[in-house]
Amino acid sequence: MSNDELKNRILKVVPEAEFSEEGSEFLNVTVTPEHLHKLAEDLKNNAEILLDYMFCLTGVDWVSHLMVVYHLESTVHGHKMVLKVKISDRENPAVDTVSDIWKTAEFHEREVYDLFGIKFNNHPDLRRILLEEDWEGYPLRKDYKDEVNIVEL
Amino acid sequence: MSNIFSLISDKDSKGTSSATETQEYFVNMGPQHPSTHGVLRLLLTLDGEIIRKVEPHIGYIHRSIEKMCEKDSYQQIVHLTDRMDYLSCHMNNEAVCLAVEKGLQLEVPDRVKFIRTIISELTRLSSHQLWWGVMGMDLGAITTFLYGFRDREQITDIFEETCGARLTMNYNVPGGVMFDIHPNFQKRTKDFLKYFKEKLPEYDELLTGNVIFVERTKDIGYLSKEDAISFGVTGPSGRASGFACDVRKKDPYSAYDRVDFKEIIRTDCDSFGRYKVRIAEMYESLHIIEQLIDNIPEGDFKAKTKAVIKLPPGEYYQRVETARGELGVYVISDNKKSPYRVKFRSPGFSNLFALDTMAKGYKIADLVAMMSTLDLVIPDIDR
Repeated sequence: MSNDELKNRILKVVPEAEFSEEGSEFLNVTVTPEHLHKLAEDLKNNAEILLDYMFCLTGVDWVSHLMVVYHLESTVHGHKMVLKVKISDRENPAVDTVSDIWKTAEFHEREVYDLFGIKFNNHPDLRRILLEEDWEGYPLRKDYKDEVNIVEL
Repeated sequence: MSNIFSLISDKDSKGTSSATETQEYFVNMGPQHPSTHGVLRLLLTLDGEIIRKVEPHIGYIHRSIEKMCEKDSYQQIVHLTDRMDYLSCHMNNEAVCLAVEKGLQLEVPDRVKFIRTIISELTRLSSHQLWWGVMGMDLGAITTFLYGFRDREQITDIFEETCGARLTMNYNVPGGVMFDIHPNFQKRTKDFLKYFKEKLPEYDELLTGNVIFVERTKDIGYLSKEDAISFGVTGPSGRASGFACDVRKKDPYSAYDRVDFKEIIRTDCDSFGRYKVRIAEMYESLHIIEQLIDNIPEGDFKAKTKAVIKLPPGEYYQRVETARGELGVYVISDNKKSPYRVKFRSPGFSNLFALDTMAKGYKIADLVAMMSTLDLVIPDIDR
């Protein structure tokens, strides 16, 4: 499926979705947290799209907002796409989990929770994964301060 | 965190009142267990000898490489990646270099592509040799360990002569490789190919047909194709479940589009299948090197780059096939000398979490074989 066909298909599910192909080799789709789960389900289960392989899930701190980035690929059709969720609330960021759709997301989401502090609603087991459970703060946020372990040059 | 010093702790039974009352209990495997090959703790829920649940606890050697990358220049990042999957160090370096080259829209000389591909395949061979050795040892065969290391030594010697290091090579730099190949490189590699072609059938003779080995791996640790895709299990482990995930075929980089090789896919979905894929891949690696070694084009070993590299604003994603599976490097640049954000999608992280699905219902002794065939490298998981 070409990028234009993908675009049309996504617009049918989420008319508010924003698209961009600049500065990236993939089609980038940005949605708000409330539309994520519905769109993700359609992308995975629709036989024409069938983005069944999630090859990367990560977070980005853009200071003004947080973002969760999902890299998706279809093992049948071969097309790839990047799904992005923009979360404006920095104090209490939350987005629905997609671990019921792609199993690998469960653990990548735990990593994003651990390092960015983004909560995933309905996640089966949301705990810190790399750091200790009593660790304070979220290290990959741009405003993270740690005077003991990070030496400012 | 629960007490890691108590090896066995009781758990309330589900209140079954049959004549033979059974009780589930927890066993901590690791963090210092020889078969985890590093500091990994598996919290096992057992019913007698049967595994009910495997819960991996990771992060013991988390070094926050992604955070460090946000302060470092692109040249420095390359050196950090050696410390992730140290057995695929060359491929890790290559992934970052390719991502930077993609951002700079830099076409590297053909000579570089050939050198990178040959060394990648030699690294894959040495990684698989080590895996074969320790896999045999995990299952109680000491000989394989000695054989594996004996043959691996030949490759590390070639690396040492080429770039001065045996394990963490740091041979790649953005734009090319650090030095040209040693004058002996081609001859020594060809000698090694000749030597190893005779030795590789010995591997088959020792383990593949061994009754004890086959009994311990065949039909053990089943992972269906759907699960492999859903869990993102890549590399030989994914291909043994029928998931065609070889990045060298899907998204060719360096000189992989110019060589002829087979993507090994099996449908056994078990430990034995994963073992067979790696053995077959060693033959393919030899085949790839054979095609390239006599045809390395003349030319520069490095394209010209600026001393301070700044990537144009945007996002760059580069995937490479390491010995363990698909490594993804996701770089976000904001036109500064260090990246805004770097994410390493490591193969080990995704592969490890399929262990729960694989191990459910099998015996605890089989878990060691399953972990061996997943070929975990812990620094790759923790990053």
